[in-house]
Amino acid sequence: MAGFGFICLLLALAVCAYGIAASIYGVRTRRWEYADSGRRAMYALAAVLTIAGLVLELAFISNDFAFNTVADTSSRTTPALYRVAAVWSSQEGSLLLWAWLLSLWSSLALFLTRRRLREVAAYATAILLGLGGFFVGLMVFYANPFSTTTPAPPEGVGLDPLLRFPTMMIHPPMLYSGYTLCMIPLAFGFGALLARRLQADWIGAIRRFAFAAWLFLGIGILLGARWSYAELGWGGYWGWDAVENASLMPWLTATAFLHSLMIQEKRGMLKVWNVSLVLATGTLAVMGTFLVRSGILNSIHAFGGHTLGVPFVALIALLIGASIYLVVSRRELLRSEARLDSLLSREAAFLANNLVLVALCFVIFWGTYFPLISQALSGHEASVGPPWFDRYTVPLALILVLLSGIGPVIAWRRASLANARRNFLVPCVAALATFVGLEAAGVAHKPFATAMFCCAAFVLGSVGQEFVRGTRVRRAIAGEPPPRALLALVRRNRRRYGGYIVHLGMAVLFVGVAASSSFQHAVERGLSPGQSARVGAYTVRYVKPTATVTPRNDAAHTGALLSLGARLEVLKGRRHVATLEPSEGYYPSGEAGQGTVASLIGGQPVSHIAMNGGITRDVWSAVQPNIEAPALQKIVNAGNRTLPPEAALVALAVLARSYLAHPPQAQFHLIVSPLVMWIWLGGLIVFAGGLIALWPAPSTLRRRVAALERPRPLRGLARV
Amino acid sequence: MDIAIAVLTLALLALVIRFVGAPLRARGRSEPDAGACDREALEAAREAKYREIRDLELDYRTGKLSAEDYEAIDAQLRVEAIQILDRLERVPGAERSDRPPPPR
Repeated sequence: MAGFGFICLLLALAVCAYGIAASIYGVRTRRWEYADSGRRAMYALAAVLTIAGLVLELAFISNDFAFNTVADTSSRTTPALYRVAAVWSSQEGSLLLWAWLLSLWSSLALFLTRRRLREVAAYATAILLGLGGFFVGLMVFYANPFSTTTPAPPEGVGLDPLLRFPTMMIHPPMLYSGYTLCMIPLAFGFGALLARRLQADWIGAIRRFAFAAWLFLGIGILLGARWSYAELGWGGYWGWDAVENASLMPWLTATAFLHSLMIQEKRGMLKVWNVSLVLATGTLAVMGTFLVRSGILNSIHAFGGHTLGVPFVALIALLIGASIYLVVSRRELLRSEARLDSLLSREAAFLANNLVLVALCFVIFWGTYFPLISQALSGHEASVGPPWFDRYTVPLALILVLLSGIGPVIAWRRASLANARRNFLVPCVAALATFVGLEAAGVAHKPFATAMFCCAAFVLGSVGQEFVRGTRVRRAIAGEPPPRALLALVRRNRRRYGGYIVHLGMAVLFVGVAASSSFQHAVERGLSPGQSARVGAYTVRYVKPTATVTPRNDAAHTGALLSLGARLEVLKGRRHVATLEPSEGYYPSGEAGQGTVASLIGGQPVSHIAMNGGITRDVWSAVQPNIEAPALQKIVNAGNRTLPPEAALVALAVLARSYLAHPPQAQFHLIVSPLVMWIWLGGLIVFAGGLIALWPAPSTLRRRVAALERPRPLRGLARV
Repeated sequence: MDIAIAVLTLALLALVIRFVGAPLRARGRSEPDAGACDREALEAAREAKYREIRDLELDYRTGKLSAEDYEAIDAQLRVEAIQILDRLERVPGAERSDRPPPPR
């Protein structure tokens, strides 16, 4: 079946080539049947890649180690659920996932626009097929997911233990969906430029896809942060890792675009800016994909082995060059149709918001790529760490949150000063009250955190005020009770109120970030059973050691053969708060030369953290048992000398018993972080707001104008 | 197994060719009308203008705009909307339902 899988890739490549030619021929000669055939080529690409994906998935599920990618990333002892997800843990499998998701989303976009924007859509089809062909080409010529070894090895290496967590199963599909959805506005942007059709219709057509890209990227980023916090052993959720940054950059430019496109839709302004943002977002998404496959990173995120740096650099150069050429050559068609009426307007707030977002993106871009380029050229390892990023991103984030509270309370076009004063009263009072409260509570000594709390209160005040006033208006018009009026208001103005909910979610998220960063207590201490450590207002006591042997007893279901850990009691004063059981899992190394027992646990150990989370704080713990202790190593060495492989588990059982009876001092990492839960809650609120904004409006709101009379025309417009 | 793969491959190839080539074989191909692109752009502009008028009314009713500003901007927007509707009416194939029936 590997052969059939590879044939599917060849067929996919041929379909891409045909589709590109047919689409371009169709649009240039206005023979639309060829453009339609090109669109169908995209559907066919999705179908063929689905078949290829199924072949690979079946190979993983059935443990067919003749497939090299299965042998390299899976094993019989890898839990079944993780075997399914192991497909995209390899370079080859992840390329297939990328291409497949691109073909699916592209098919959806082209299907939804099949009766509109013919010229633009035909060019977009060609570009999307070109991108699909690029990724399929990478698989065919560089990283074949269907390469095999004969005879097949009896067992595989197994999935990297760090990836054996539920969030890691969904994180890549979400992130890749975000990246591939970014390609659709990119393709339609190029299409609009090539077809010289730069009115509002193309941007309206891709708005939903840009929004979906933003949503999926955001979910993927948050899932990665959650994995980092809840599964890795360092206790943080964001480390300004190059790959984290690479996914954040297109999200920032997509956020900017979603705001500035409203200005273009309403006023015909910012056309150059918007098309540049769309092209930049797509290019940054490709650069993010490039980063993990370029061979210049050594990270859990990076795919080792093949380096695909050169083809990616060529693609990125092509995208950048084509973007600059087309925008410059079409600048006459991109002239603004109107000017900014007033600095006290929502347009001005959105412009400021855009500038801050792009500035954030630039800072992160510089901090991410400059050290990598410098290292690649000079050979000297360069690094830019979290303090550098924090220095520049924190003030920008503050301004961003503040603007997200200002935008909702000022009008489009122009707002009067008197109205603005009245509308800013409640948000300002909320911010001031927050400051007074923080001062009274004695927690206002951290300036940036305090500023962020006050800005978030400002946002809460402005968004809350909008909901209250809007509900009142709705009640005055329709006489509905408040809950129904609120629902009707949101239903009839999904973009506006969905956007307000997103702003609120972001404010909540940033409160969580500010609090957990500024008021965290962290301790690293060696403890023996019975000993305690003080972490902020809490005392953590090491009650007793824990140990389990074999995957059947592995509570985390990650396939660890041995887990050593500890039971901890968390107290606040004398009150029992929680019981935590962090552990460290030990996995096979696959290197028989280590010895029969040592090879069972000689692989990369993985920390299984234990946490007690709540709305006000998280108590987080990780343990590093001292498996190198002489008493334990004696057991391992004795087992290596005397036990055959099939009896090696006996030594692990003896080791576990010895650990329980005479536990050596273990290293503990203990953290108490306030308001971390607000980050995830904020993310959920953002997600909910995004869904509301994305949902199509009821068809009754699209009814045509029934009558037209001057001087008060357009009767029949839907009411608020 | 090789024969099975060959049969599967040929079947898949045939399906793909048939599916992708269907528009080229279709009879009575409908040509898009000449004004399709203009009509799409104007319809998008019209929907955006309607949305702008609704947003303006909501801004006024929620106290973001003074009455004078609202009246002035609303009148301007409605004039712009009428201009779009007028242009839309001149495009071939545009919907004719936007105009009111003549008075009796």
